[in-house]
Amino acid sequence: MSALGTLDPASKEEQPLVVPEKKRRTGLKLAVILAVWLVGWLIFRGTGTLSQPFAQLNGFDTWLNHIRDNIQAASLTNWFFHGVLGQVSTFVNWLVTQAGQWISHPAGVRPVPQIGWLGVLGIATWVTYLVAGVRSTVLVAVSFFLFAWLGFWASSMDLLIVTAIAVVASLLVGIPTGIVMARSRTVSGIITPILDAMQTMPSFCYLLPIFMLFGPGATCAVVLTVIYSLPPLVRITEHGIRSVSPTTIEAARSLGVTRSQLLRQVQLPMARRTIVLGINQCTLAALSMAVIAAYVNGPGLGIDVLSALNALNVGQAAVPGLLIVVMAIMLDRTTTAVSERTGRRIVQIGRTVARPGLLGRVLSINPVLRRRIALCGGVLVVAMMIYLSRSQLDYAKFQDSWTVGGHLSTWINDVTNNVVSHIDKVTLEFKNAVSYGALNPLQNVLANSPWWLVAPIILALSFVIGGLRPLVISAVCEGVIFGVGLWNDAMVTLTSVLVATALTMILAIIVGVWMGRNRRAEVLVRPILDAFQTIPPFVYLVPALALFGPTRFTAIVAGIAYAAPIAIKLVTDGILGVPETIIEAARSNGVTSWQMIRKVQLPMARPSLVLAANQGLLYVLSMVVIGGMVGAGSLGYIVVSGSVQGDIFGKGVAAGIAIIALGIMLDRIAKSAVDRQKS
Amino acid sequence: MIGGIKRGSARVGAVGVAAVLALSLAACGGGGISNNAGTGGKACGNVNIALNGWVGYESDAYVVGNVLTSKLGCTVNYVKLSEQPSWAGMASGTVDTILENWGHDDLVAKYITQQKVVVDAGQTGNKGVIGWYVPPWMAAKYPDITNWQNLNKYASMFKTSESGSQGQLLDGDPSYVTNDQALVTNLKLNFKVVVGGSEAALIQSFKTAEANKTPLLAYFYEPQWFFSEMKLVKVNLPAYTTGCDADAAKVACDYPPYNLNKLMSTKFANSGSPAVNVIKNFTWTNDDQNLVSTYISSNGMSPDAAAQKWIAANPDKVAAWLK
Repeated sequence: MSALGTLDPASKEEQPLVVPEKKRRTGLKLAVILAVWLVGWLIFRGTGTLSQPFAQLNGFDTWLNHIRDNIQAASLTNWFFHGVLGQVSTFVNWLVTQAGQWISHPAGVRPVPQIGWLGVLGIATWVTYLVAGVRSTVLVAVSFFLFAWLGFWASSMDLLIVTAIAVVASLLVGIPTGIVMARSRTVSGIITPILDAMQTMPSFCYLLPIFMLFGPGATCAVVLTVIYSLPPLVRITEHGIRSVSPTTIEAARSLGVTRSQLLRQVQLPMARRTIVLGINQCTLAALSMAVIAAYVNGPGLGIDVLSALNALNVGQAAVPGLLIVVMAIMLDRTTTAVSERTGRRIVQIGRTVARPGLLGRVLSINPVLRRRIALCGGVLVVAMMIYLSRSQLDYAKFQDSWTVGGHLSTWINDVTNNVVSHIDKVTLEFKNAVSYGALNPLQNVLANSPWWLVAPIILALSFVIGGLRPLVISAVCEGVIFGVGLWNDAMVTLTSVLVATALTMILAIIVGVWMGRNRRAEVLVRPILDAFQTIPPFVYLVPALALFGPTRFTAIVAGIAYAAPIAIKLVTDGILGVPETIIEAARSNGVTSWQMIRKVQLPMARPSLVLAANQGLLYVLSMVVIGGMVGAGSLGYIVVSGSVQGDIFGKGVAAGIAIIALGIMLDRIAKSAVDRQKS
Repeated sequence: MIGGIKRGSARVGAVGVAAVLALSLAACGGGGISNNAGTGGKACGNVNIALNGWVGYESDAYVVGNVLTSKLGCTVNYVKLSEQPSWAGMASGTVDTILENWGHDDLVAKYITQQKVVVDAGQTGNKGVIGWYVPPWMAAKYPDITNWQNLNKYASMFKTSESGSQGQLLDGDPSYVTNDQALVTNLKLNFKVVVGGSEAALIQSFKTAEANKTPLLAYFYEPQWFFSEMKLVKVNLPAYTTGCDADAAKVACDYPPYNLNKLMSTKFANSGSPAVNVIKNFTWTNDDQNLVSTYISSNGMSPDAAAQKWIAANPDKVAAWLK
């Protein structure tokens, strides 16, 4: 769900003000187009909407169903599907089972894993100290303790195992691919669109086909996770190698190095820091997908979240959800720390000195020696912990009576019920206001106009907002949506996406300006934003349902919850990027705070706002399928249905394709708008 | 660069030390804890029970699973999947049994009749009901609402932001069977089918409707743990007669009563495992299932603990399955 490739650090730079004359012309053109649309809608509404009953399948859908049936039949006998994939499946399942017996599940005759929780905690902490640093070490120790203390040790370890195997597999495939792409424009040109599709295709679309190929069990979860986490790694690897400075490469060339020497001795070492960043993104993506893989029995915390959702128990879902957040923060900070150390090491080529840590400064001894002592001492402690965890039941299996997860979920349930019962009437009114005021009219115009009116209007809008390129891309995407036979559903989904993006932006501007102007607010809000970016959406779906009912608006709320953090962060970034000199100059003219925001900070941060809108849009779009589970209907619901109902399978995939088309179209229009802002 | 390499190898060395330590400990320190319970699990072996996504099913699965584990020493794996993938799982050999099947005539034709990879393992004793339900407060206040012919009279009451000028009929989980769109059309009801998208959406809607005394008409089903919390009232559609739902587009009658049954993969059924007989013998009532489901959903017990509690309280029923 991350769209890191489009994040642009350049937005921090000072931007020229937009020429007002040009803007006004664009506004006029937009107004004319919208007026034409409204008039057309008034005359022709209700005709040519291409709306189709849910159960009706077209030729494309049945063709996809047919392919699925063939593959399924082949998976029993065919040499590739049965032989090769069967071997892969057996191997990965074996690997996960073995790993599980070491750290999470009873191993053979032992009623506990080979290494109990205390031993695993010790090993994890020690390894982190070896590769990352003191702060990460503390974080890892606390996180592992929480996994046990909240009562989800086995599930947490399973999730870690699946994530780790998927990341290793991604590295084996992704880094070589990224390298080849960086060295060949042709290969890059072929693979990039595949990566685009992998990133925008809703995961529910390939859940079932992958499941059919690999069967239930860990393999299916690992394969799903690799599909999802590979693209960011490949992209960032390619980017890292490509951005090695040309002068360095020229210098190396002039020394007469071969292409492979250039790669191994110049490009890879110089790109190392970026590649580690890629691994970081890959790891986080893997974690979030490994949770969704619970839908096909992927082991780990996701299963706990989903079972709690079945019993409508918010508290029971929230605790494992919280642990997923903890795990994400742990993996993120640790891999970031590793990448920072890697960066430092390259700066300090030839020196092996590690930064003196807290302990070193206290003891004021040689940092290298100090570290060696700590590591050697650590080995002894870890060995002791492993020994204890093998011989003492208390240290092998965290006793249920010590855990506090149950109390925590009861407490969360009480608080949630209390809050919900007090505010649900207000929130339902709010839902009605937005639905009747914005959602219904907009949907009426978008989905109730004939397709031959909406299609050219979208093209005209693309041209006015973006230019010629977006026009062509929009035309292709419209063709795809029309071709798969889901025009009307796509328009309904588009309505929700646009409203959700608008609300996201309103929220992002309010909170972003506040955070940009107030340091303390930033410190306070940022962890909440991080949590909302990592917590699986299933956790907050139930309270959202209680507050807003199963409606399109609930889906919009889910979209906002997921998209607002990144948009807020970008807006904050933009506000902070306004040069201090300009703020000072304005202040000396005696402007009020309100004037400062409206006349100085927001206009200066405009490119960041546009970028935030672009990212917000893409994030909202990636929640369309989740929205289908809480009342959004149309494309999202079709995808969900396709993943559980055999007959609908083909239509579900078609809806997935329509979502990709919608995403690419909106993304390219927004990107051109961003580029225009910059030029 | 040289420094970097040297450091790297020191690191590898350190990891090696740790690995050796861990392995040697694994080799010599293993005697501390051993399993006293596990005796002769080999006779039964592995049983892979599909675990479909509703609480009632969990009750079936964990009760049978616990009987198999404790009485026969089987190793039970619960495979968490929705209904149709579970059938596919039996075909591919990764799922051995489904313990609560709701009809699925198309899949019966495909896997049982044509491919012969799945066999029927008898009824569970549970009676499945699908239909339209209203929250209890509505049935009390408008007693005649349970007759479908009066639905149009109340249609405007069910209007929401999602249903335009018509009343809303809320549908649920996309994996369940539904004729609702055809029913609304063929019974000429002034209602619009709105898709909730999940079971959670349905149950939460009933909770909110009952608490705030707001109107709601929704697709729902029994057996369901939620009935132990709230007695929803079923709206009577034109009575079901055999074959009245033959043409999906022309359906104008209620849903058929379902006799829920169990399924096994042919391979498992012929494997000679003692578990096969227990699964075939397993039957209980809606009340039994709802009781276990209530332990899980309302009392917050783990499915395992809930199943064990029921098994301990019902030795006679369990003994009958073991014959």
